[in-house]
Amino acid sequence: MAHISAGVTTSHIPAVGAAMDLGKTQEPYWAPVFKGYEVSRQWIAANPPDVVFLVYNDHATAFSLDLIPTFAIGCADSFAPADEGWGPRPVPVVQGHPDLAWHIAQSVIQSDFDLTIVNRMDVDHGLTVPLSLLFGQTPAWPCRVIPFAVNVVQFPPPSGNRCFQLGKAIRRAVESFDENLNVQIWGTGGMSHQLQGPRAGLINKAFDQRFMDLLIDQPEVLAQMPHHEYMREAGSEGIELVMWLLMRGALDAKVNTVHRFYHVPASNTAVGHLVLENAV
Amino acid sequence: MPLDKPYADIPGTTIFDAEQSRKGYHLNMFCMSLMKAPNRERFKADERAYLDEWPMTEAQKQAVLARDYNAMIAVGGNIYFLAKIFSTDGKSFQHAAASMTGMSQEDYARMMIDGGRSPEGNRRRGEPK
Repeated sequence: MAHISAGVTTSHIPAVGAAMDLGKTQEPYWAPVFKGYEVSRQWIAANPPDVVFLVYNDHATAFSLDLIPTFAIGCADSFAPADEGWGPRPVPVVQGHPDLAWHIAQSVIQSDFDLTIVNRMDVDHGLTVPLSLLFGQTPAWPCRVIPFAVNVVQFPPPSGNRCFQLGKAIRRAVESFDENLNVQIWGTGGMSHQLQGPRAGLINKAFDQRFMDLLIDQPEVLAQMPHHEYMREAGSEGIELVMWLLMRGALDAKVNTVHRFYHVPASNTAVGHLVLENAV
Repeated sequence: MPLDKPYADIPGTTIFDAEQSRKGYHLNMFCMSLMKAPNRERFKADERAYLDEWPMTEAQKQAVLARDYNAMIAVGGNIYFLAKIFSTDGKSFQHAAASMTGMSQEDYARMMIDGGRSPEGNRRRGEPK
């Protein structure tokens, strides 16, 4: 049977992808960011997943205002890196896992979570930057990836609790898949940042640290946080953090923290990163 | 019953909600068109003529021509769509963000390195700084 062995959360800042693509990772500005991922790269080399279920948001790339799915699961064979306006990132094409993706879609929809099924989709920095952070520059990603896009661009996004409960349903779906697969679930985006208006540049370190504490030990409490608290405390784009709860819902109530990292800034944003394993 | 907006008192912040989205539909879809290289070339060659192909308001067109991102947001723009404009211009997210705060990009970048804008005094309109 397939199982979920671990969860990863990470910011997915486009400038971080550009720093890797342009060979700037050793520059003084960027070096501390990438140093924070060294432990994780060693960990994932020792614990390679067969499939990553990657929760991210599309940034007006595959989805415009013509169609705004709240939850969209990528069921295609492969997903090309998108041209976001300056040409596609020089990273490998993402290979999907259509059998598992369709299995999850069927199972989760029948558990009352109405997903949108996507058979053709380019993937933007929200998905490719986390892969680059964990796997580095490589001619081919070392595992299959199921892209799972959450709307956080058009208000309202799904609630934290909805994401948390959906994570639980995704876990049940994975555990009912016959093939023996090691699956990781990643929740991306955040942490505090605001990209718009006179308040742009907001960073709230105390909120971010408390968010990580609660995500690890009391996710059911964190899941009750209303949208406006995220936006007020962590900036208008800090709302992306609801996606971390989706990851957390798919893990055990008790987890071990393999790695925890926090750094300000990367471009406009606070970088947060966790590697969590189910406590045995 | 009007839509509940418990976020309306956050200073210097426009949440891209139902009202903004309806106002900004054509502006944002114009931005989306800039994801294609041939469209970027046509826009750069004659911005006004390209904008006139879209059923946008004059205020929306003027805001784009002036690269006034706060004005674009006020008339319904969303920052992830507006990103297509500054990408076409070869500018970074930090450049655009700085322009909305009234700071130079250099001062803004320095503020970020020093830990970013504090939430203290920035949670609610009228709150003491």
